[in-house]
Amino acid sequence: MTAVIDVHELTRRFGRFTAVDAISFDVKAGEVFGFLGANGAGKTTAIKMLIGLLAPTSGRASVAGFDVLTRAEDVRRRIGYMSQRFSLYEDLTVRENITLYGGIYGLTDAEIRGRGDALIDELQLGHASVERVAALPLGWKQKLAFSVALLHRPAVVFLDEPTSGVDPITRRQFWEMIYAAAARGTTVFVTTHYLDEAEYCDRVSIMVDGRIGALGTPDELKREYGDATLEEVFVRLARPAA
Amino acid sequence: MRALRFLLRKEFLQIFRDHVILGMLFVMPLVQLLILANAATFEVRSARLYLVDHDHTPMSRGLTDRLAASGRFVPTAASPSPARADQAMLARETDAILVVPAGFERDLVRDRRAEVQFILNAEDGAAAGVLQSYAGRIFAAYSAELSARMTPTLASIGARAELPPRRGRPVIEIRRRGWYNPELEYLDFMVPGILVVLVTVVGTLLTAMNIVREKEAGTLDQLNVTPIRRSTFIAAKLIPLWSLALLDLALGLALAHFAFGVPVRGSLALIFVAAAIYLLAALGIGLWISTIAETQQQAMFVTFSIVMIYLLMSGLFTPVRGMPVWAQWAAQLNPVTHFIRLMRGVLLKGAGPADVAPQLAMLMAIGGAVLTLAVRQYRKRAA
Amino acid sequence: MNTTALAAFMTKEVRHILRDRQTLTILLLLPLAMVVLFGYALRSDVNEVRLALVDPAPDYATAALRGRFAGNDRFRIVATTPTTARLEPLFRRGDVDVAIAFEPGFAARLAQGTPARLLLISDASDPNTGSTMQAYAGAVIAGYQAELGSAGGAVQIVSRTRMRYNPTLESVNLFVPGLIALVLTLVSALMTAISLSREKERGTLEVLLVSPLRPWQIILGKVLPYLLLAFVNVVTALLAAWVVFRVPFRGSLALLLVASMLYSMVSLALGVLVAAVTTSQRAAMIGALVGTMLPNELLSGMIFPISSMPDWLRPVTVVVPARWFIVIARGIMLKGVGLEYLWQAHLVLLAMLAVFLVAAIRSFKARLA
Repeated sequence: MTAVIDVHELTRRFGRFTAVDAISFDVKAGEVFGFLGANGAGKTTAIKMLIGLLAPTSGRASVAGFDVLTRAEDVRRRIGYMSQRFSLYEDLTVRENITLYGGIYGLTDAEIRGRGDALIDELQLGHASVERVAALPLGWKQKLAFSVALLHRPAVVFLDEPTSGVDPITRRQFWEMIYAAAARGTTVFVTTHYLDEAEYCDRVSIMVDGRIGALGTPDELKREYGDATLEEVFVRLARPAA
Repeated sequence: MRALRFLLRKEFLQIFRDHVILGMLFVMPLVQLLILANAATFEVRSARLYLVDHDHTPMSRGLTDRLAASGRFVPTAASPSPARADQAMLARETDAILVVPAGFERDLVRDRRAEVQFILNAEDGAAAGVLQSYAGRIFAAYSAELSARMTPTLASIGARAELPPRRGRPVIEIRRRGWYNPELEYLDFMVPGILVVLVTVVGTLLTAMNIVREKEAGTLDQLNVTPIRRSTFIAAKLIPLWSLALLDLALGLALAHFAFGVPVRGSLALIFVAAAIYLLAALGIGLWISTIAETQQQAMFVTFSIVMIYLLMSGLFTPVRGMPVWAQWAAQLNPVTHFIRLMRGVLLKGAGPADVAPQLAMLMAIGGAVLTLAVRQYRKRAA
Repeated sequence: MNTTALAAFMTKEVRHILRDRQTLTILLLLPLAMVVLFGYALRSDVNEVRLALVDPAPDYATAALRGRFAGNDRFRIVATTPTTARLEPLFRRGDVDVAIAFEPGFAARLAQGTPARLLLISDASDPNTGSTMQAYAGAVIAGYQAELGSAGGAVQIVSRTRMRYNPTLESVNLFVPGLIALVLTLVSALMTAISLSREKERGTLEVLLVSPLRPWQIILGKVLPYLLLAFVNVVTALLAAWVVFRVPFRGSLALLLVASMLYSMVSLALGVLVAAVTTSQRAAMIGALVGTMLPNELLSGMIFPISSMPDWLRPVTVVVPARWFIVIARGIMLKGVGLEYLWQAHLVLLAMLAVFLVAAIRSFKARLA
């Protein structure tokens, strides 16, 4: 299987502080990859480098087959992103947000309409689709943001703590949507603090102090550290650093 | 370019749904114009005059009467004590003091020359200077009147006056004209300046705050991750505000002309072309500010400070030629300087394209430079 | 009274301010920059008058007058032309300020004793400088005429004019008080409004309101650091004005500082009020801008004299706090007077402080109800 995300010795320094220290890993097509780590371990910095918001200090990475530094525009066309802070336009309606992002990613008017309708159906938004996004409850907003990120059928979608603050039922629905996307061939790169969710991933990595402390399937890691849950593995690895 | 269309739609939707921005675009400038048009004048209404007359002769009274008759000075108090007059001025009860010394009439008749003391309250500045020239003219007119009275018929010479007959005395008669503003209306001078302020603030402040708002909300990151090009994004941000600023200018001009009678002697098309070019610089500065500010508060603060400084240094309310040389050079780099000169030229003097060509050229150069620098500064990816 | 809580709160506020380096730098440097820049650049005087001469029939008199102007530093002759046709374009382009058009036969008429006419045209689009330049030109002409006329000529009433409190009509002396007011408003009203409304928006204000801190303590804690900053600004501005421009300081420094703090507190109270009644940070910013900065610049007498304003507008200025501060500041700096003349203005400011403060505290209490 081809590596759809390929990271090699990726480093980022801010002055004398090294936020990301020569990390290397890869993610295969169609995988649901959990990118874990304590707060301040360097996760967000790493993601920002992969999606082209931050330039690496050294090392290289390629996403969807293109180098993030030199072919950034090609990368951007093939990825979707859902940021930690909700990032759809609150003062626009659901429809208007869909139309905007569809247009930005180059979908035709027909595609925008068609996929937009499908999205609204799937989320069961109904007449809420003409309401401003600000009026939706948080869970719906998150699901909407995710769907919009997938609108242009990217090869990879990056999700930064997509389920923060969301109730358990919505979280479960969210992960069903993630699996559905993965089944369609989209690679999902997700960070989360909910380690019970991390168990759903195909593989996870745990960042500690800018480095990759552990990498493997949830079962592999649990066996390696002799813990019953990923949470225990996480705490074991992350605590000395905290 | 299709992406641009979608982005523009979003921008306009957001602007028209935002009451605060709409208020700033349409309500605030017009209110400002209304207030400024009424408040922004250095014209001096009647000044209170305190008389200290030590002469008490027909000529000294004549002088006072002339001052009062001019309508500019209102005698409100009189006393023999200069000290009391000073007190009155300290207490802001009078604006001017006229001290006529004893022997005023005698000196005038005998030596054809007499002195008076005229004290003005210069606390508020400009008013004092204006009052001085009013008074000066009244003194001169009275002097001339006295000259005429005391000269001609030898028969009327009383015992005191001995005047050589005068014939062929050289007299230069000055006819004064104030071009473009014969009524000396401050409004005509101020309003173009005010309009420039409006357009500048709207353009620069709103651009900066608009972009920083997205930065704060996180939607800017979302856009930076998409394949839209930097130039597309910037165009989408600038075009709506550019067109709305022009609309604002049109409204302001209409109000100025129809409500305040400010003349429009030149070509409106020329003004809008110039405004369109000028706005490139104004918006460019807003764009540049948005790259250095992290929060809307910072954006507003920085914009406000910068705009205030370069507005005042541009000859808006005080003449550029009154500034020291270094400031005059700086003013040449300031797009407002050229725009305001162009505006006043076209509105008040009927200047045409040939007349304002130098200003247009400078506006294009500065606008182009500022915009280029700002666009370069804006990066989708942080280094 | 919970003094430790208040102290902790104030420490946090100070840290906040110190951390925003950008804003802090501007806040500290702005008064300095403004005083220096405006002091040098904002003058109403005219250094150089560009003169155009229209002389259809040059003779010794017109030549003499020309010489007068050429030799006068204040004037620069930019064009000499035989007809008035060229004048229009010159004026339109803004290349000339004043034009003198001689009548043909000028010298001959002078010798005969009949009035020799000339036209003195000034660009009056700026009425102020227009009149000034005309007056300068008129003075040169009058000087020439006086020389021509023998003794025993016209009657002259000579006025010795004194400009009280500001003998040289230095613009900088006038606007320094206004500048101080501006800076104080910026720091006090604007920054307070923004800071408070930001807490409100973030929700951290609610946490504070639920804490043992009383509303007035919260307001005090928010407000004191800015008061300190304002004080620093006033001192900086005054220092700059004195060092660079020798702006006079005839009265009591202590009284001025006290008045500055009083005005600052009024602005702070206004800022708090604005934050209390607006619902978002942006609205607070705009509200503070419109409600404080704008009236301060336009209606306080800082730039445009109140005595020049139309009758209906003048009463409105009474509610502008800066107006009273400027009276006080100008009184102290230029006239050297003290409370005996300024007590009324101080009283008004105190009254405003009370009103705004009460309104602000009331509206914060309402949040808890």
